[in-house]
Amino acid sequence: MLDLTPTAIIDREALRINPCKTCQPVGALYAALGVHRCMPHSHGSQGCASYHRTFLSRHFKEPAIASTSSFTEGASVFGGGSNIKTSVKNIFDIYKPDIIAVHTTCLSETIGDDMNAYIQDMDIPEGKYVVHANTPSYVGSHINGYFNMMAGFIRYLSKKSGKPNGKAGIFPGFVNPGDMRELKRMAKAIGASITLFPDASQVMDAPMTGHYSMYPKGGTTIAEIENMGDCERVFALGELTSEEPANALLRKCGVAYTLLPLPIGIVNTDEFLMKLSRWAKNEVPYELEEERGQLIDVILDSHFYLSDRSVAVFGDPDMVLGLTSLVLEMGMIPKYVITGTPGDSFTRKAEELFKRYGRSDCKAKAAADLFELHQWIKNDGVDLLLGSSYGKQIAKAEDIPFVRAGFPILDRYVHPYFPTLGYTGALRFVEKITNALMDRQDEDSADEDLEVVM
Amino acid sequence: MPNSKAKVLDRYSAKVYKNRKEHILEIDECTEEQQIAANSRSIPGIMTNRGCCYAGCKGVVLGPLKDVLLITHGPIGCGFYSWGTRRNKAKTEDGRNFIQYCFSTDMQEPDVVFGGEKKLRQAIQEAYEIFKPSCIMICSTCPVGLIGDDIHAVAAETEKKYGIRCVAYSCEGYKGVSQSGGHHIANNGVMRRVIGTGDKPPKTKFSVNLLGEYNIGGDGWETERLLKRIGYEVVSVMTGDGSVETLQNAHLANLNLVQCHRSINYIAEMMKTRYGIDWVKVNFIGIDATISTLREIALYFGDDEITARTESVIADELEQISAERAYYREKLKGKTAALFVGGSRSHHYQYLLADFGVKTVLAGHEFGHRDDYEGRKVIPNIKEDADNKNIEHIEVERDENHYKSFHTPERYAELRQSIQLEEYHGLIPDMQAGSVVVDDLNHYETEAFLEELKPDIFLSGIKDKYVLQKAGVLSRQLHSYDYSGPYSGFKGAINFARDITMGIYTPVWSLVTPPWKNKPVLEGALVQGGEDA
Repeated sequence: MLDLTPTAIIDREALRINPCKTCQPVGALYAALGVHRCMPHSHGSQGCASYHRTFLSRHFKEPAIASTSSFTEGASVFGGGSNIKTSVKNIFDIYKPDIIAVHTTCLSETIGDDMNAYIQDMDIPEGKYVVHANTPSYVGSHINGYFNMMAGFIRYLSKKSGKPNGKAGIFPGFVNPGDMRELKRMAKAIGASITLFPDASQVMDAPMTGHYSMYPKGGTTIAEIENMGDCERVFALGELTSEEPANALLRKCGVAYTLLPLPIGIVNTDEFLMKLSRWAKNEVPYELEEERGQLIDVILDSHFYLSDRSVAVFGDPDMVLGLTSLVLEMGMIPKYVITGTPGDSFTRKAEELFKRYGRSDCKAKAAADLFELHQWIKNDGVDLLLGSSYGKQIAKAEDIPFVRAGFPILDRYVHPYFPTLGYTGALRFVEKITNALMDRQDEDSADEDLEVVM
Repeated sequence: MPNSKAKVLDRYSAKVYKNRKEHILEIDECTEEQQIAANSRSIPGIMTNRGCCYAGCKGVVLGPLKDVLLITHGPIGCGFYSWGTRRNKAKTEDGRNFIQYCFSTDMQEPDVVFGGEKKLRQAIQEAYEIFKPSCIMICSTCPVGLIGDDIHAVAAETEKKYGIRCVAYSCEGYKGVSQSGGHHIANNGVMRRVIGTGDKPPKTKFSVNLLGEYNIGGDGWETERLLKRIGYEVVSVMTGDGSVETLQNAHLANLNLVQCHRSINYIAEMMKTRYGIDWVKVNFIGIDATISTLREIALYFGDDEITARTESVIADELEQISAERAYYREKLKGKTAALFVGGSRSHHYQYLLADFGVKTVLAGHEFGHRDDYEGRKVIPNIKEDADNKNIEHIEVERDENHYKSFHTPERYAELRQSIQLEEYHGLIPDMQAGSVVVDDLNHYETEAFLEELKPDIFLSGIKDKYVLQKAGVLSRQLHSYDYSGPYSGFKGAINFARDITMGIYTPVWSLVTPPWKNKPVLEGALVQGGEDA
């Protein structure tokens, strides 16, 4: 496996090998699936929509709807105006969504299609909406696409009526439906009235009933997005993911925001709960305090299997920073911490975390790739890999225990249903990580060393 | 189900109706006179299952070549999505297997603004320094064509500078109307730059190439096992577990076996013209289909020993699966299936389903052409449109040094009476009256036909799979085999039947409806009343 990867590292400026990111439009598509009765629309070649739907379906094991402008060579030369016009008509005719969320692609961006003008010019049926976001594939990653699409919804829809609605907006970051459910549960426990945007729960984890519904129950409603302009505050989770849409809402409707790390691990979850409960003017309820206590209990109980064990964490920036914080709390060494998404603040934030726990022997890098991570590991190994499905190649090549986390997980089931966020999410990962390390110890044990009690 | 077509088309506006009605055929006695519209533009806004030119070129045809360092020139997405996602298995003796890797120039905004050739050159230099590949291929994505990067010039420079083979493919996603254009572009490049450049002759007379076999789930390996058991020498496989190292000698084989007609018929045709190698349409999907295919190949070579060996291998393979075959037939007979796959499988799998008594009620190709439906006889009558014209068609000439005819013209003419040489009769002639053929089936039509035809099994891809299963119908992916396989040959047929059977009989289907939906749970509660009521 990966036998061609040499130990010797040559600096690369142009060649990306085994990426740890993908392109903007798929993030935009996922964001749009978190809006109720929304059809995501890819303004580009058919392949984009096909790849993105395929990819999301493989992660969630759920249908991922999206339509496409089906660009041909002619449209690429003359512009996609007529394609988007035809598309919108056909989508409302056939699929009957309440809203179409158009995202662009490298194709339509390169030819300079002016989506604002196209949308202004088209006939949109009464009571229906068309919004858009510019998501050029050659800037940033799928994370940018996700937050750009969120900002697109806000710019088109959110309104300030001047009458505060007594709610907080929560932007969940690029997370699974299980996380979105967990955020709503925590907010409910605190007694905070919130609008979660976007909300893919009850969409990308919809139940089997024997009836397919193109637009399942879930998703933030158009009215809720409009009404976000009257929110008292936004809690923007994921500092590298949610700031842009929070700024969009601040600029448009003057809603102040609190930017927080994804609530992964103890400290980050504490901070989120404190901020949210302070805003709601309620105490953090015992229910959550008990979960916190259980989490600490488990980490303490198992700490001698975790302490000073080294781990490589890779994936999306905020997810990786959250998981890094968690493994530090568990006494582990996040020896390599990488994301494929570009951005210097990632490295800075990771280094702050290392420092907080007195870890000087750790390395963080943004705009990195899995080939580079593999080479680092070849030169100086780790005890555990923590990240997306593509890590399995490295895990196999180097014979390292591997825990899947983040996006995408294409080779396992059930994961989108459960949280990574909150104390319950952390508890889940403490179990996964200790199991992986302890299973490995069992496998490696000589017969006389195999422990029945551990 | 008569009139299902009319009912399905009913929801469409006049414009869409006019287009889509040409893509749907209800099979009846006079179907032979009917044409189907295919390989034409999908309508914008329709949730088509189709992909793009790049997906056909890089994803399907070139991706499986294990000794090629293939660089996707473009933003990161295209390379990323086609990384390890198609199950084209490959193994190497020496570990020099490039298909575990994804290489991309990961173009950024300045590259799009100022041109990406410089970055491509630099990427090639880095790739060369790290991997010392013997062959680099470059596949371009949408923005590359729009900004006019000359990838072919960069490829030529690369060959000069590093002394290796470098082939560029302009397979921008917007070209053509589906993956199909990409297949053609890949075929052209392989024909121009790979096939015919080697000189290692086959060891035996019974040498074949296996074309259009991508080794999904190990299909190619199972087919090769059968061929080798009989005594054939497989010179190259295009392109599953394939390599430039073997493809370069493909022109020295004696017969081309074409499995996936759609994606590779161009190479088969060009090799016939240039090298005189005959091609025969084969089908290793299905027990009876595999038997006929093996017999046809034996007939072609006309060798007594091969013929005898063919029969003994067939008998032995049948013997090995006979008990399971009977068991699964008992489990599956009388079921109905719908099939929507790429360009050939919707045809091939009808044979395999029929082996187990399953009737096909709907079939369609995602990116087939009219000849895939109606047979190659219609090729001269296919009208080219602007989109097709944008895909280069190359004319090749006879290579006098390598041209050979395996059979005399008389024997060839005689053989054509019994074997479909250089011929493919298409999907429609094999479909029963009352069934439906749909080209470029889309999301809405899938749901609507499900309602009309009520198949027990819907074999399609991942984009449909969960839609269908949510609607209560078993769906298995025929692109990836749901991570199972191989499905080819005799043993593969049993794998397939086992997978379908487990899907139909998995106990969870009977638990879908909660018991309280049919039975009240609050019996007596109201009568009792009291403080808890």
